[in-house]
Amino acid sequence: MSKYEYVPEPALVKGNHDFASITKLVTDVNLRPTPKLWYLFMLIANALLGVFLFAVGYLIWEGTGVWGLMNPVGWGWAIINFVWWVGIGHAGTLISAILFLFRQDWRTAINRFAEAMTIFAVICALMFPGIHVGRIWVIYWVFPIPNQMAMWPNFNSPLLWDVFAVSTYFTVSLLFWYVGLVPDLATLRDKATDKIRKIAYGIGALGWTGSNRAWWNYEKAYMILAGLATPLVLSVHTIVSFDFAVSMIPGWHTTIFPPYFVAGAVFSGFAMVLTLMLITRKVYGMEDIMTNDHMEKMNIIILVTGSMVGFAYIMEFFIAWYSGVEYEKAIFMLRATGPYWWAYWTMMLCNVISPQVFWFKKLRRHVGFTFFISIVVNIGMWFERFVITVTSLANDYLPSSWGYFSPTIWDVLTYVGTFGIFFTLFLAFLRFLPMIAIAEIKAVLPQADPHNYDENHEYHPHIVEVPKPKVEKV
Amino acid sequence: MSTAKTQTIETSELYGILAEFKNPRALIDASKIVVEAGYDKFDTYAPFPIHGIDKAMNLPKSKLGWIVLTTGTMGFLGALSMMYFMSVMDYPLNISGKPFFNAPAWVPVTFELTVLLSAFGAVFGMFFLNGLPKLHNPLFNVERFKKATDDGFFVCIEAKDSKFQADLVRQLFEEAGATHIEEVYD
Repeated sequence: MSKYEYVPEPALVKGNHDFASITKLVTDVNLRPTPKLWYLFMLIANALLGVFLFAVGYLIWEGTGVWGLMNPVGWGWAIINFVWWVGIGHAGTLISAILFLFRQDWRTAINRFAEAMTIFAVICALMFPGIHVGRIWVIYWVFPIPNQMAMWPNFNSPLLWDVFAVSTYFTVSLLFWYVGLVPDLATLRDKATDKIRKIAYGIGALGWTGSNRAWWNYEKAYMILAGLATPLVLSVHTIVSFDFAVSMIPGWHTTIFPPYFVAGAVFSGFAMVLTLMLITRKVYGMEDIMTNDHMEKMNIIILVTGSMVGFAYIMEFFIAWYSGVEYEKAIFMLRATGPYWWAYWTMMLCNVISPQVFWFKKLRRHVGFTFFISIVVNIGMWFERFVITVTSLANDYLPSSWGYFSPTIWDVLTYVGTFGIFFTLFLAFLRFLPMIAIAEIKAVLPQADPHNYDENHEYHPHIVEVPKPKVEKV
Repeated sequence: MSTAKTQTIETSELYGILAEFKNPRALIDASKIVVEAGYDKFDTYAPFPIHGIDKAMNLPKSKLGWIVLTTGTMGFLGALSMMYFMSVMDYPLNISGKPFFNAPAWVPVTFELTVLLSAFGAVFGMFFLNGLPKLHNPLFNVERFKKATDDGFFVCIEAKDSKFQADLVRQLFEEAGATHIEEVYD
């Protein structure tokens, strides 16, 4: 007998669930009366949303001068927040599309929820370029729509590529999410007892019956969408990184940016999914579906992408030296030891050091600890974007034009306000839509596999035995 | 075995006969029997896609791929011709001396629009092939059919089928091991 043995995957859904109990567990959240705690959270989220609207209203009234932008730092928190929010969104597409193509069935527990996070995060992200243009009333100039100047957008500009990339990303994510929702909305339509819900969910379900002729086209559509969303998600953060990499600023003009941005996006996105998942599963009692095994797998992805990001930071430093370009060398020394050293070392500590704790299985499976690290990672990723955006602009070629950027209260209020948008939408989602892909979760139950039945249609599941690891005698 | 009849209105028309089966395996076996008996206007219903049911039901390959190929090609050509019209023909702008037809710089927009149109094709094409949105479906007249999105597995043979004979269909379902059989009226 060989030393290594095949270890079967543990069951994806814990507890003794059948199809009906899964339906009940998930749809009950939408069909029972609203819990009081939800109103409280919604109130807080709405207050933050009010802060956002107020800050943006003042910005539009006064102009972008109310922010801390100055010469030479013409790109401040707005760009940082834009990249941060878009990056967070990427985990949702990774879970729904890339893990689907890799046949990672554990994704079914979290994909609905992560895709919702993607859509809301991209909405938050899109606010920033929208309000940063200054004259928001002519924002349609970014689209190829005829205007009074008879001019068209400049298709050579990365900022325009971004318009196409992020709006396509938003649209495709929304469609993908909706396609996944249709069968579950049909479940809710059939479970609902009051008229309003029946009609509302009925409209959303489009008359879905669960016909296997329909499922056949549906599965094909789902696979094609996953195949489209995979290169799309990689292209979106690549193009976001082009906003920086295509310019001539030291520290920005590097070819490592696209892969490094994508890895960072997945890293921060998974951290955000964990933050939201750990709270939600506790509050709604979904621990049977979103198990600690899921948490462990996500922590491994955080470890991998965190290490990739760490490698990119070190590689950037090496290439700056190896290239022999004085300005490139100078900016990297200034990042680590210059006026923004605190931001640089916060970034290093949060993004490079902190995920390394997940080499330990005990810590990967520790709920409280994972929650803590997930917050740390998102702070770190915000600082990464701060370091990239601000340090390169503040100290470029001419020392006579150097400056020091500080945000104003309006920068802070706008950023904090976006959490209001995000949580308002997220809470509404938890209340009104199924937070777990019911049909997909049922399909990964052992009862769903026709091979687990004998010819008399009696259920005989394969017994999954996880063998104990053998300790070798020395 | 229960073969309860729903209360029917005299004027209503028979749509088909609906049978419930107890699990995915039973549904697959039932679809094989229905196919072998020569029916083609039938469908099976399940709360999730069942592995292998396409073979049992003898379904042809989905045509969706061709729809997506068409819309994707439209996106690709549409993006290139849009940019060519705007930047070369209608209002050429000299930007840092770069050529008006700046193909490398057009890659991102071309890619994004190809993906966007392909995704539209995949989603709306799927709805089109499935006949959705559908405002009226006689199956929803059956109270028990609500289980189809929860934990029920159904087969329905439509009255439109050329071989359809109510008592023969009933008998077929009974032999296939249906747990519940009833008529669906429109």
